[in-house]
Amino acid sequence: MAQAVPHSIETTQALLAGQGYVADRALATVVFLALRMGRPLFLEGEAGVGKTEIAKVLAAGLGRRLIRLQCYEGLDLASAVYEWNYAAQMIAIRAAEASGTVDRERLVEDVFAERYLIRRPLLEALEPDAAGAPVLLIDELDRTDAAFEAFLLEVLSDFQVTIPELGTVRAPHRPIVLVTSNRTREVHDALKRRCLYHWVDYPDAARELAILRARLPGVPAKLSREVVAFVQAIRREDLFKAPGVAETLDWASALVELDAAALDPAVVGDTLGVLLKYQDDIARTDAGKVAALVKEARHAARAAG
Amino acid sequence: MSAGRGAGGSAGAGRHDGGTMSPPGATGPAGGRLADNIAYFARTLRAAGLPVGPGAVLDAVEAACAAGLGEREDFYWTLHAVFVTKREQHLVFDQAFRLFWRTRQLDERLIAMMSPTVPARPNPERPPLRRIEEALFAGIGERRAETAPPPRIEVDARLTVSADEVLRAKDFAQMSAAEIAEARRRIAALALPREWVRTRRLRPDPRGARLDLRASLRASLRVGGDLVALKRRGPAERLAPLVLLIDISGSMADYSRLMLHFAHALTEARRNVETFLFGTRLTRVTRALARRDPDEALETAGATARDWSGGTRIATSLAAFNRQWSRRVLGQGARVLLVSDGLERPAGEGPSLGFEMDRLHRSAARLIWLNPLLRYEGFEARAQGVKAMLPHVDDFRPIHNLASMEALVRALSGEGRDG
Repeated sequence: MAQAVPHSIETTQALLAGQGYVADRALATVVFLALRMGRPLFLEGEAGVGKTEIAKVLAAGLGRRLIRLQCYEGLDLASAVYEWNYAAQMIAIRAAEASGTVDRERLVEDVFAERYLIRRPLLEALEPDAAGAPVLLIDELDRTDAAFEAFLLEVLSDFQVTIPELGTVRAPHRPIVLVTSNRTREVHDALKRRCLYHWVDYPDAARELAILRARLPGVPAKLSREVVAFVQAIRREDLFKAPGVAETLDWASALVELDAAALDPAVVGDTLGVLLKYQDDIARTDAGKVAALVKEARHAARAAG
Repeated sequence: MSAGRGAGGSAGAGRHDGGTMSPPGATGPAGGRLADNIAYFARTLRAAGLPVGPGAVLDAVEAACAAGLGEREDFYWTLHAVFVTKREQHLVFDQAFRLFWRTRQLDERLIAMMSPTVPARPNPERPPLRRIEEALFAGIGERRAETAPPPRIEVDARLTVSADEVLRAKDFAQMSAAEIAEARRRIAALALPREWVRTRRLRPDPRGARLDLRASLRASLRVGGDLVALKRRGPAERLAPLVLLIDISGSMADYSRLMLHFAHALTEARRNVETFLFGTRLTRVTRALARRDPDEALETAGATARDWSGGTRIATSLAAFNRQWSRRVLGQGARVLLVSDGLERPAGEGPSLGFEMDRLHRSAARLIWLNPLLRYEGFEARAQGVKAMLPHVDDFRPIHNLASMEALVRALSGEGRDG
């Protein structure tokens, strides 16, 4: 059942926490403002820090439908907004011809009717929904090109789309829009200006531990502390790509699968590929460094626990 | 982890000890003073270099009313959400916020107006950024660029070739001031490289490989639905992004100035050009070069880079580029022009030049090394740096005179066309 949007920053934080998402105060504030002001929320950050997850959690928490538009190079109107069902239209034309009543005006009207319209994510998000305005996730916007960005600018300012054959579709209620970017290129300022901006950073040790406990309650407490301490330590190393929260979670479940009760250098060395995804980074993190990091992590975990 | 991230994190963490105040949600009326103060604050941010427009001020007032004036930290993140649009702006915002609302003690007074109790709070202070101080208290300090070293004046006495030929073949390092001015004009007049890359976006194309059903159907309905004239689509093309990495160390001093002119002309002609300067450290000057007036652009770029005509640390600079920028500017099939003589100090501590070049080469669609030393016929890759860099480039060409620059432009325009 759909719920009303939260009325304060605390309830926003609680809403996210209820779905297993541990948000810090800053993130809860922008999410609350985005919901309250009806503004799109622009989330930027390294891969694997939980940007996409916010949308999923928000949709689940509010009981809204989640509509996801995954961006890629060459994304166009036909795959983002709408498309006509040409095959069905052709058959309709043939049928009209066969019955011998070909009136041009009528034919155009019949063929460009709603039943031949294929709705894509952006159009779907603008249509009324019984559960309340849906959550629209525009994922990895940096992958698409400037032309699509310009189009999106129009949609996000008016929340309407014009289909030449049918007319204008306007959203009865503004959808909750989240835009994410991995920053593989700079998104244009004009688009950012229409949104509330937030940089999603790697979590600190306490929050990462809370995330790990919320998402993987089966991991032994000692192992969780050590895993978090190790990941926090390795992020300080000179890496090309530091591991995100997603990697921490993957690694913790991998270690549980291997029946590890605590970190030891051998197990860490064997499973490093779960955490580091570049060969340069793995090569740089040799046995000696792993041993040192494990030692540091154990120490930090003891201090924290 | 970069230093910036660490600083940002600690600044964020520092806010958590802000203490508790009255229960939030006390949505006060948008008092005139709140709006005024937010407008003043926006002006401070603008002076500190953040692009804050009047629309953002209205949004900020709206956001502040929506969030209610509860805790200082919430007020902080509320304004943050509206005024900050890039990660780099976080630190500037953070310090401006603390300094502005602290010096005026406005946040306390504002909160006091809205809430019954105001607890006292200790404040750990950090020394503020210079630019914030300047923006708040003094106005922005003028920083003037060091001008390039005066060019050596030499007389070319060859009379057998035309003046034009002489100029084209003349080494940049040998040019007189007047010749440099002429060379600048020539650079501006160059037919700049237009290397097209195929995108995955489709556009109408009568000889395209794919059917455009939508256009076909519309065309056929226009004539009553009997005749189906097939319309086609093919991939659209766009200019490949260019990334220029220009060495401005002492040994390159005679060339870097004109290379900057080249970079400016490129930036003028097309949008997707990124320019970085490096000597001992890496500086991004794309924004500076976007100014229309070449002198102003070069002066701003010169003021941004602080390591003109100093030593060279190519490996360190490339490492910085690879880590901070490669993923942000090398997408979409970018071409990289690396302008350097490759004279690296003997490797000591720090990243390996070969490793960083390899990483750069693998992130870029094409890596072209432009080396003014290549003008010497007997140039041999003997210097250690050159030897380390050479295996990792797609193309290695000279860039010491106008003729070589024209050759580069030709190579970038047509011949190297790929799909």
